[in-house]
Amino acid sequence: MTVDVRALLDRRLLVFTGKGGVGKTTIASATALVAAELGRRVLLVEADGKGDVPAQFEHPPVGFAPVEVHPGVRAMAMDTEASLQEYIRLQLRVPVIGRIGPFARALDFVATAAPGVKEILTIGKIAWEVREAIAGRAEHDLVIVDAAATGHIVAQLGAADALHDLVDVGPLRSQTRWVSELVTDPAVTAVNVVTTPEEMPVAETIELVERLRTEVRAPLGTIVANRVLPEPFTRADAAVFAALVAGPGRAALTARIGAGAGDAVDAARLAVAMRSATTTHLDHLRTAVDLPVCYVPYLFVRAPGLRATRMVADAMAEEMGVR
Amino acid sequence: MSDASLDRLVSSREIIVCCGSGGVGKTSVAAAVALGAAARRGGRVLVLTIDPARRLATALGLEGIGNEARRVPDTVLAEAIGSPPRGELWAAMLDMKQSWDDLVRTYAEDSAAADRILENHLYRNLTSRFVQSHDYIAMERLFEIHAAGEYDLIVIDTPPTRNAIDFLEAPARMADFFGGRFLRWLTLPYRVGGRRSSRVLELASRPFAQFADRLLGGAFLEDIGEFFANFQSMYDGFVARAEAVERLLRDRRTTFAVVTTLEPAPLHEAERFCAALGERDLHLGAIVCNRTLPDLLLDPGAAEAAAACRSDAEAVATVLAEAGLPGLDDPARTARVLRIVGESFDRFAVVARREAELRAELAGGPEVVARVPALAGDVGDVAALAAIARHLYAEGASAEP
Repeated sequence: MTVDVRALLDRRLLVFTGKGGVGKTTIASATALVAAELGRRVLLVEADGKGDVPAQFEHPPVGFAPVEVHPGVRAMAMDTEASLQEYIRLQLRVPVIGRIGPFARALDFVATAAPGVKEILTIGKIAWEVREAIAGRAEHDLVIVDAAATGHIVAQLGAADALHDLVDVGPLRSQTRWVSELVTDPAVTAVNVVTTPEEMPVAETIELVERLRTEVRAPLGTIVANRVLPEPFTRADAAVFAALVAGPGRAALTARIGAGAGDAVDAARLAVAMRSATTTHLDHLRTAVDLPVCYVPYLFVRAPGLRATRMVADAMAEEMGVR
Repeated sequence: MSDASLDRLVSSREIIVCCGSGGVGKTSVAAAVALGAAARRGGRVLVLTIDPARRLATALGLEGIGNEARRVPDTVLAEAIGSPPRGELWAAMLDMKQSWDDLVRTYAEDSAAADRILENHLYRNLTSRFVQSHDYIAMERLFEIHAAGEYDLIVIDTPPTRNAIDFLEAPARMADFFGGRFLRWLTLPYRVGGRRSSRVLELASRPFAQFADRLLGGAFLEDIGEFFANFQSMYDGFVARAEAVERLLRDRRTTFAVVTTLEPAPLHEAERFCAALGERDLHLGAIVCNRTLPDLLLDPGAAEAAAACRSDAEAVATVLAEAGLPGLDDPARTARVLRIVGESFDRFAVVARREAELRAELAGGPEVVARVPALAGDVGDVAALAAIARHLYAEGASAEP
């Protein structure tokens, strides 16, 4: 199976998942930036509602209602209760005046007790926005989701199917069908997995790709290898570096430029060691997964923010061949 | 607090709960804390891990086993730490599904009732597919092991939750959920016994159920009703147990170690977690900063040397070539390598300075702020755990940043 990475931005729904802590939010935000700069109007959805997306654009927190956080990028934080209210209003045509009030407790109960309710409300809202975009009724052309981590994403993407199996009658049953059709349509959706070149994230990525294929038939996009450290030296340079690290080379260097020379060389040695530890994992990833891999370099920056997001966006644009 | 140290912490507590956001190395740190305690203080020490990397699981002898604890052989431990260990290191993994099933078997009226629950569609969904249920069962399992009294110290790794605070709430949520009035009322007719009519269906005349019925379908609601009717008999046991679990977390024998890297997002989460512990009157014993860059990157002398490597590369390379040093005979190549050494130093120094600032902000919080440097490679064997333990238990791993 081949995926054209350049064409990914032509789809309507790009989901970014991966193990906790690998930088899903950064990659999703940077991809939104790339798409916006190519003229797409983006809706960036933070599925776990943690509130980290706006910070990537140095914008104050946003809620369930989309807010423009950057030219061409509107962001929203998922909120399942708000999503249900919207659903009731739009689909069941039951007027909901103000807050649901006592109903909220009942909802809480159902959502806790009935597996998949929260998941279907999340994926349902996302699919709704995608459908509106396709129909040309939305203020966006592309929905990008900073999605749940590996443990949760399969349940979320598969929620429509799961509910379809559980619920035997009613409007929800028919509605689960189009949701599941949208998220499994390769012309519409691409699920992308973010990882870092470390043992656990790579292992989880390989496992997740398999589960996404078999359990939810999700159309897969690209793997994003985030925080890839640079290879400091070519093989020929490495031999010269080895001569500086120890023995007479180190002594001569110290004699020439001062006592700190040893530390400077040791710092470079750490950089080499850290990079070489990641190589095995990247190799493993490439051989175990038949998907394109976009490499995003480790950023040596002081803090996250728009500047960092832009650096990642530049790397993503180059890897995707869109700039 | 000058004598505060991880050594003192592990010898004065019975439970250490390691928490932090995903990807910070909680599992390795938990295992290293346990290893250090067993090696240095003695006694029987258990590390209860949730989802170890495969190589680590293999190293600890945990592959393909359920909830059963395994002892790390003394020979392996001795080789890793370079001396005979004073105590025993045990490791166990948490099998979520099995733990839930065990709990049901413990509290169900009889085995037929247990079977009905275990086979229920919703129960299977709840326990196997939804991450939230893991929070509670991890704490529950901890309680069980602690109550059995087989270990002097238990170090527990916490499940990867969306929000590290979630699992603190888990016992209360569980008690609240099963003891909730709404739930009792909903399933009341079953409690009275007799005919399998349900309040859920009777509710069909009410607005909520009308709505729920339209949304979810009647059969689905009946499924829910039946599931909770079956759970009825276990209410009291469950609620009492969840309350006991919560008491144990509050107990002075329990302390929390917050693990973080010095990156903004995990650190932010760690700070929120520390605050949440304070609000709940739970004991924050230590913060472990994992994978930190070494101090040499902050050294002014090293920075000067790095600057010289960049600005003076040609001259230095020529001197080295003229000295006839092996491997350094090509001044152009040596100069390029020197420039890379300088640039690499500067890049990592930016990150190291950021880390130092963040670390300074953490000081003054808990009694122990320990630091584990970035090690090249993954933690895949007991020797690597021992290396982490050496840093964790190092002299001066106290409130100094």
